Amino acid sequence: MRRLINLKRVEARRIYLTYFVVIAAYVICQTMSSTKMMSSSMRGMLVPICAYMVMAVSLNLVVGISGELSLGHAGFMSVGAFSGVATAILLQNLLPFAPVRLAIAMISGAVFAALAGFLIGIPVLRLKGDYLAIVTLAFGEIIKSILNNFYLGVDSAGLHFSMLSDTTRLLPGGQLIIRGPMGISRIMKIATFPAGFILVMIALAIVFNLVNSRFGRGFMAIRDDRIAAESIGLDVTKFKLTAFVMSAALAGAAGCLFSLNYSTIVANKFDFNTSILILVFVVLGGQGNMLGSIIAAAALTILPEKLREFSDYRMLLYAVILIMTMLITNNDNIKAFFQNILPGSKAKFQKEESDA
Amino acid sequence: MEKEKRSRTRLVPLPSRALVPDRDAARDPVLECINLGITLGGIKAVEDFNFTVGRTEIAGLIGPNGAGKTTVFNLLTKVYQPTTGTILLNGRDTHGMNTMQVNKAGIARTFQNIRLFKNLSVADNVKAAMNNDMRYNMLNAILRTPAYRREEIAAHRRALKLLSIFDMQDIADVRAGSLPYGAQRRLEIVRALATNPSLLLLDEPAAGMNPSETAELMDSIRKVHEMFQIAIVLIEHDMSLVMNICEGICVLNFGHIIAKGTPDDIQSNPAVIEAYLGRNREAK
Repeated sequence: MRRLINLKRVEARRIYLTYFVVIAAYVICQTMSSTKMMSSSMRGMLVPICAYMVMAVSLNLVVGISGELSLGHAGFMSVGAFSGVATAILLQNLLPFAPVRLAIAMISGAVFAALAGFLIGIPVLRLKGDYLAIVTLAFGEIIKSILNNFYLGVDSAGLHFSMLSDTTRLLPGGQLIIRGPMGISRIMKIATFPAGFILVMIALAIVFNLVNSRFGRGFMAIRDDRIAAESIGLDVTKFKLTAFVMSAALAGAAGCLFSLNYSTIVANKFDFNTSILILVFVVLGGQGNMLGSIIAAAALTILPEKLREFSDYRMLLYAVILIMTMLITNNDNIKAFFQNILPGSKAKFQKEESDA
Repeated sequence: MEKEKRSRTRLVPLPSRALVPDRDAARDPVLECINLGITLGGIKAVEDFNFTVGRTEIAGLIGPNGAGKTTVFNLLTKVYQPTTGTILLNGRDTHGMNTMQVNKAGIARTFQNIRLFKNLSVADNVKAAMNNDMRYNMLNAILRTPAYRREEIAAHRRALKLLSIFDMQDIADVRAGSLPYGAQRRLEIVRALATNPSLLLLDEPAAGMNPSETAELMDSIRKVHEMFQIAIVLIEHDMSLVMNICEGICVLNFGHIIAKGTPDDIQSNPAVIEAYLGRNREAK
């Protein structure tokens, strides 16, 4: 008989390892950045990497834990980005202390993205499998179109918004914050690497704690067998919606962090390609594997920059490396080789083997 | 067929003239099906199904392959919505309910082809079924508040206690999909019990088991029945199991009930012998 693996122990070990790796990476990067050992281009990528890590972790909650393929995750990122940045601009004079403003902006981004996730989730989560994936793709594009045609201004009379064209008719002294296809410009860059690190840790804590609760058991039970889950009284739609909304909220906070690192953002930045990029992080890192998603997010964000010296062949090499990585990580012989040199992960391999 | 020397339960009629074990005669039945029927793809898969299960009865549903036994279970648990007829569960009409609501109302089941949550641990399979008893919200879960800890610890204790009925408490942290076949079948029963059902439906619990495993299963079913005092309906092809354990038996053939009664009645019923048991006897 196969050796039976203690899942609880494997799981606990994996959670502590994830926290440890993230903290260690932060300490190393922070030291390198403050001692000027890190190039300025790398320093500029630290915040986007954190944002992508949170995106990967949040999408993994939907794809890996809850088992639904979502192709519109960048849509929630953009909702969080626009609402978060708008909040930050509105609070600019009220709250001069940047970290507090950043925190409130991220919370605002998370709330609006969660709301969008809830509204989209109600129709979408009645579908299954491929259909669900296609509809999330469509909703991602719809969000992009709406934000491309959205105008928001503020003046002494309060907030004004309009769609399609700028009809906000602001009073003198008013400020147009979101300018349709021009997006938001002149953003104060208040996102910092420590804030990004804290957001990654919060996202990890939320996802891990949720997975190890009745909610996580519900998500995974529905993923493993929907009919059996219904037969034991689990409300499938409610659980799926919970995972979807939580994932959208985290994506919103990440989107806010991401855009507060640039002086200008436009809705077209968060298109289908971004959604796919985040899905690639999740698939490459392993579905349900948070540490894998985080490492994949970091590696695939740095890689295109590191390949700049190959100029014209940059994206070609990027694609080749991606394909090779996918092939290698799915090869049983190579997996077995790594299991032999890394004794700690032996159990995980046996677990996968017994799936066959 | 070998007959066990054990006192048979006497079936007595309820006011509705349906037969239940004598100890349940004074109480309302847990389940009443009245003229239940369903048409699947133009074929009447089940028709005029009238079936009553007493409060603590162990009933059997037997019949040749394709007779519609699993369809009856799917009707009771609302995997299919019946086209005709009424299902009364604890006196309540289940019309319009879905699978989840029927479970909350008191029906738990196992599946012919095992449906466990393969990637969850054994304990988590059982705890997933306790979700509706747990009250803590998402904030409690994220912040790991005392309410979360208290309920999780209580749920874990209860899961281990339920698992100990089948001596599975020591493998609580093992991945459910890696268990041997028999253990998976038993885990499905434990998971169903964790939802506090008043009626447990077992779909071929002994399928693929050898005689000694079947005997063990039979003891376990009796133990569950005594401990929880619930009604159990089982579909089974293993006649020694059915005739030993069931108090009332209902025989289906081509979607119709052809006989109902005690195991002794069924074994001597000419219609049943012709449809089902007769062939077995001639083969011997």
